[in-house]
Amino acid sequence: MISTGSPHKPDLIEELDQPLNFGRASFDKGMTILSIIFTLIALVPLFSVLYYVLVNGFSSLNWTVLTSLPAPTGSVGGFGNAIQGSFIIVALATALSVPFGVLTGIYLSEYGRDNVLDDFIRFGVNVLSGVPSIIVGVFAYGVLVIPLKTPSAWAGAFALAILMLPIIVRTTEEALKLIPWELRLASLGLGANRFQTIAKVIVPAAFPGIITGILLGISRAAGETAPLIFTAASSTYWFTRPNLPTASLATLIFSYATSAYNDLKSQAWAASLLLLMLVLTINILARFVFRRRF
Amino acid sequence: MTQLTRKEEASSEIFTQEGTLPADPIFNNVVKVAGLAVIGVLIWMTLVVAGDSLPAIRQFGFGFLTDSNWDPNSDQFGGLSFVFGTVATALIAMAFAIPIGLGIAIFLTEDFLPEAVLTPISFMVELLAAIPSVVYGLWGIFVMIPILRPLLQWLSGGSSSGYGLFTAGLLLSIMVLPTVASISREVLKSIPRSLRNASLALGATRWETIFRVMIPAGTSGIVGACVLGLGRALGETMAVTMVIGNAPEIPKSIFAPAYTIAAVLANEFGEASGELHLSSLFFAGFLLFVITLLVNILAEIFVRRVSLERQ
Repeated sequence: MISTGSPHKPDLIEELDQPLNFGRASFDKGMTILSIIFTLIALVPLFSVLYYVLVNGFSSLNWTVLTSLPAPTGSVGGFGNAIQGSFIIVALATALSVPFGVLTGIYLSEYGRDNVLDDFIRFGVNVLSGVPSIIVGVFAYGVLVIPLKTPSAWAGAFALAILMLPIIVRTTEEALKLIPWELRLASLGLGANRFQTIAKVIVPAAFPGIITGILLGISRAAGETAPLIFTAASSTYWFTRPNLPTASLATLIFSYATSAYNDLKSQAWAASLLLLMLVLTINILARFVFRRRF
Repeated sequence: MTQLTRKEEASSEIFTQEGTLPADPIFNNVVKVAGLAVIGVLIWMTLVVAGDSLPAIRQFGFGFLTDSNWDPNSDQFGGLSFVFGTVATALIAMAFAIPIGLGIAIFLTEDFLPEAVLTPISFMVELLAAIPSVVYGLWGIFVMIPILRPLLQWLSGGSSSGYGLFTAGLLLSIMVLPTVASISREVLKSIPRSLRNASLALGATRWETIFRVMIPAGTSGIVGACVLGLGRALGETMAVTMVIGNAPEIPKSIFAPAYTIAAVLANEFGEASGELHLSSLFFAGFLLFVITLLVNILAEIFVRRVSLERQ
């Protein structure tokens, strides 16, 4: 007769049910609470920035501010030319950066798998993405502002293009690598060569991913201030030619925020609202484009 | 995944065979040139920034690093106070950003909340990185400093104006937080689940598992995330320029105004008064370039170690 062991059962359960000793339990609880507090602390600045930019921005935003030129203190002015300048500089930068960025991404994903040059270029892209934006501005100053003897939209666009480049390269490479290998095989099997495969199969399939990269690059470039301060500088006139100093929203916020006049300070908030909405919209749009496809 | 890799290997031979159309070799060269252009830009940048700082290097040499006297009127330039300010603000920023960022990363990966709640939170943390730094600066001047001023004045014995080293470091920590948090989160996510389950099965509590298994397993990646954050903090310009107080001297206390390399470039580059002044600014920029380059290469080494371990 084998005993069912029922007399021992309560003991066993008691043993299994031993509560965690007080120290370990409270350490566990305490750390959980701490990590929740840390996460909440991190979200406070986000909401505070959004709240103040919305409230102060909307209260000083009006049609005149958006469409007129800066005026001497005392009279009503605006920053229409800075909005125009921002769009032009970012558009020039995008036009410069996209071809190089997308082609480099294609090289890294399709041509240069596992060779030394490929590793070298990828390393270069990572290093470039870590270069402070102000240093890129210093570089653009040395390359374009000193020889041309004047700050210009070109110099600003050149600096922003370099800043966008690593983002576009990386996102393009990632997007191309997500395309199943079988797609390439099928295309090659049908007799296409490598160029045809890339141009007609791989790039169209990865198109939303590439667009995401470009949009993320634009959203980064639109908010950059440091490289524009002395490359595009500022202007109180409407844009005429890209080889003259050009105003932009970001540099305008910087100079107005530190000015002594209250109407300029409130214009800085209005410009921040515009810039923030622009940057966040493009950024969120980029994520949405990517998610819909994959 | 391994199957695919074998397939890739088998097909790479077909893939590298050149077609009959000339388009393929031409395109091959075009993309290679684009890739080389990225490296070219990096080398060009180094040459330009180093080349334009030559007059200052000849004039001051290493003395630039030990002299804190910056006086454009008498053509005397020393960069010590800028280097000090740059390093000090970045370290203050990391002192806040590392614990908080790591706390967020753990909170977002260790099954505390359902996925439906986590996605918006991590999205919001990433939005912090999308806010332009000049907007942080504006917010810093008109919102953060008025709130902090009484506290800072009490801490510093009444001398603080709100602008200074500590304020700049604090604002910077908000800006590098997303970098630290999102990369650490990726690292923790990539650690195999079995490791965590084994630890829990041995009777460890959740936080014992985190501290003794998850964090040690992810050390090199987490260090990489922190070093990347440090690189960002060292080079960040606008927000720091707007709240640090811009005093070209070694601050006497953590609450006193100071200056960073990036800030002096932003303020003085456009209206440098003479050739030596401009060249000294290029020299300061070159120093910042070298410092961030070294920090980023270090980060790269740590991050690469993670991907090697995973293979």
